Amino acid sequence: MNKPVEGRITDMKERYKGGVLKYKQMGYWRPDYEPKDTDVICVFRITPQEGVDAIEAAAAVAGESSTATWTVVWTDLLTAHEDYQAKAYRVDPVPGTGEGTGKEPQYFAYIAYDIILFEEGSIANMTASLIGNVFSFKPLKAGRLEDIRIPVAYAKTFKGPPTGIIVERERLDKFGRPLLGATMKPKLGLSGKNYGRVVYEGLTGGLDFTKDDENINSQPFMHWRDRFLFCMEAVNRAQANTGEIKGHYLNITAADMEEMYARAEFAKSLGSNIVMIDLIVGWTAIQSISNWCRKNDMILHMHRAGHGTYTRQKNHGVSFRVMAKWLRLAGVDHLHTGTAVGKLEGDPMTVQGYYNVCREGYNKQDLSRGLFFDQDWCDLKKVMPVASGGIHVGQMHQLITLFGDDVVLQFGGGTIGHPGGIQAGAIANRVGLEAMVKARNEGKDIANEGPQILKDAAKWCKPLEVALETWKDVSFNYTSTDTPDFVATPTAS
Amino acid sequence: MRITQGQFSFLPDLSDDEIRAQVDYAIGRGWALSVEWTDDPHPRNCYWNMWGIPMFQISDGAAVLYEVNACRKANPETYIKVNAFDNTRGVESMVMSFIVQRPTVEPGFGLQRTEEHGRTIRYTTHSYAANRPAGQRYDA
Repeated sequence: MNKPVEGRITDMKERYKGGVLKYKQMGYWRPDYEPKDTDVICVFRITPQEGVDAIEAAAAVAGESSTATWTVVWTDLLTAHEDYQAKAYRVDPVPGTGEGTGKEPQYFAYIAYDIILFEEGSIANMTASLIGNVFSFKPLKAGRLEDIRIPVAYAKTFKGPPTGIIVERERLDKFGRPLLGATMKPKLGLSGKNYGRVVYEGLTGGLDFTKDDENINSQPFMHWRDRFLFCMEAVNRAQANTGEIKGHYLNITAADMEEMYARAEFAKSLGSNIVMIDLIVGWTAIQSISNWCRKNDMILHMHRAGHGTYTRQKNHGVSFRVMAKWLRLAGVDHLHTGTAVGKLEGDPMTVQGYYNVCREGYNKQDLSRGLFFDQDWCDLKKVMPVASGGIHVGQMHQLITLFGDDVVLQFGGGTIGHPGGIQAGAIANRVGLEAMVKARNEGKDIANEGPQILKDAAKWCKPLEVALETWKDVSFNYTSTDTPDFVATPTAS
Repeated sequence: MRITQGQFSFLPDLSDDEIRAQVDYAIGRGWALSVEWTDDPHPRNCYWNMWGIPMFQISDGAAVLYEVNACRKANPETYIKVNAFDNTRGVESMVMSFIVQRPTVEPGFGLQRTEEHGRTIRYTTHSYAANRPAGQRYDA
C-alpha cells in the first residue's frame, strides 16, 4: 500500500518542513492508487506549459481542485490530509498530439476525489471544487474536464429530474414517437398577441410543443405576463381543435429567484404544463426551480444557453457530457443536446454520447462516443433530449436513426418558414415524423430509404411536398470541433 | 375534425395489415399489447375502457387483430386504440399507442372560458359528443 512512489515524500518531517514543494512531492500523484467505488473520478484533458512535466501538471490539477495551496501548510497535519487530497493516478498522452503530430502535447489526467470532499445534493459545491480554480492555473496552458464518474453513493443524494421522460409521456398521453416542437420566430420583437398567433398556428397544425427562445424574458415589446396569457389562450384553443394535449415552454428566466418563482406561479395558475429556464441562471437557481417543479407537477425545460462558452473548445473548458451529467443530477426534464445534422456544433457519435447520458439507466464506457467511464444512474429519472437548431423535415430519417423515439425534435425555421404558412409547416413535420416511425416499425431501413418514404408521403400531403422542395438543399456540413480522441484497440477474445 | 391523439393520426387510417405490422414490431421487442375503446376522447381521459387485460408474452400478432376486430364489432362508432407496454425496469409504461377505429363523424371539442381577476382565464375543454349519454354519443 505505502510503497514509495517517485517524487512523493512520505517522510512527514521532510514533507511538512515549510517552503515550496512540487505537487507530486506533496502526494497528489499516486500511480499506485486504486479508485474506490465511492470516489468521484474526473478525466481532464490538460495542455502543460512548455517545460512542465505532464505528471507534475496532473498532480497540480489534483492539488488545485482539492486541498493544495501554493506552499506547504502545517495545518494540513490537523486533518486526515491524505483523504482530502485528490489523487492523480493515471496520465495518458492524447492520441494525435505531441511529438511528430505538429500539435502541442495534450494528456488525459485521471483524478480521484474522496466522497468526503463533496456536499450532498449540491452541484454548486461539486463544481466549485472540480472547475473552481484549476482552469486559471498558470502551469497549464489549457485544461478541459472531459468526463466524470459520479459514484452511486453521491448520485443518490440528488433528486434528479422532477418529471422524467416516462411521466412526461404519461401526462401528455404521447407514446412511441419523438415529440415535435418549434421555437417561436422571430425571437424578438413580436407583441404578445402576435406571438400567441404563432404558438396557436404551430400547435393547431400538429406540433406537441412550442417554445420561447432563450432571450425572451420581459422586454419592452412584450411583457412576460402578456406573453403567458396569450400563449395559454393559444395552447388551450389548439388543444380543443385537435383533441390532443399541447404545451408551450414559458421561459421564466429572470433577474432573481423571487421573480422566477413569481413567473412560475403565474404559469401554473394559467394551467401551463411546462416552464423553461436558461442554463445561464446558474446551478443554484436550477436546483431551486427544479424543487419548485417537483412540488407543482411542472415539466422543466432547460435551454443550454451559454454552454458553448464552456464546451466548444476542445482543449479548454468543460465537455457537454459533463454538463449533461450535472444537469441530470440537478434535475431538469428537457435538455438541448444537439442535432448532429443541424446548424449547431455536434459530431454525431459525440452527440449520441450526450443522449445516452440523458436517457440510459446505466452508461457503459464507450470511448467512441466520448464516455470514459461506466456510470450507474441508480434509477434517477431520465432527461428528454431536445434536438433543435437548423433542422428540417427532409432530415427526419437521419434524426430518428440517430436519436430514436425519446427526443423532442424542434423545427423552428423549419415550421414557421414554410411557404404555405405555419400550420402547413407543422403538418409537414408531423406527417414526415409519423410516416418515418411507421416505416421503421414495419422493418424498413429508414437510414437509406428515408428520402423515398418522405417522397411517398408527399404524394398525398401537399404541405410535405412543399417543405421537401423548399429545404431540399439545406445542410450544414462543417467539421466538428469536438470529437472523441481515442485509438480503437481490438478486444481480446 | 379529426382527433390527433396517438402515433399515426396524421396518416391515412391504418389497414389491418398495417396494424399487424405495428403489432409484430411490438411483439418482436417483448412488449405486451392491449386494446382499449372509448366514447369520451377528451384529451385528459387517460382511462379508456379496457378490452380484456393486456396480452403478455404473446407470439402471434393475429391474436391482437382478432381482439381489435371483436372490439370493433362490439363497439362500432367509438374510438379504439392499440397500445404496447414495456415492463423493463426504468420504463414500465406505454411505449406505443395508435388509434385503429374512429366514429364516422367526430364533432370535436369546444373551449369554455371563465373570466377571472386581471385578464386571467380558466379554460375547460368540452367534448360535444359527451353532451349525449354514454352509448349514444356517436349515433347518427
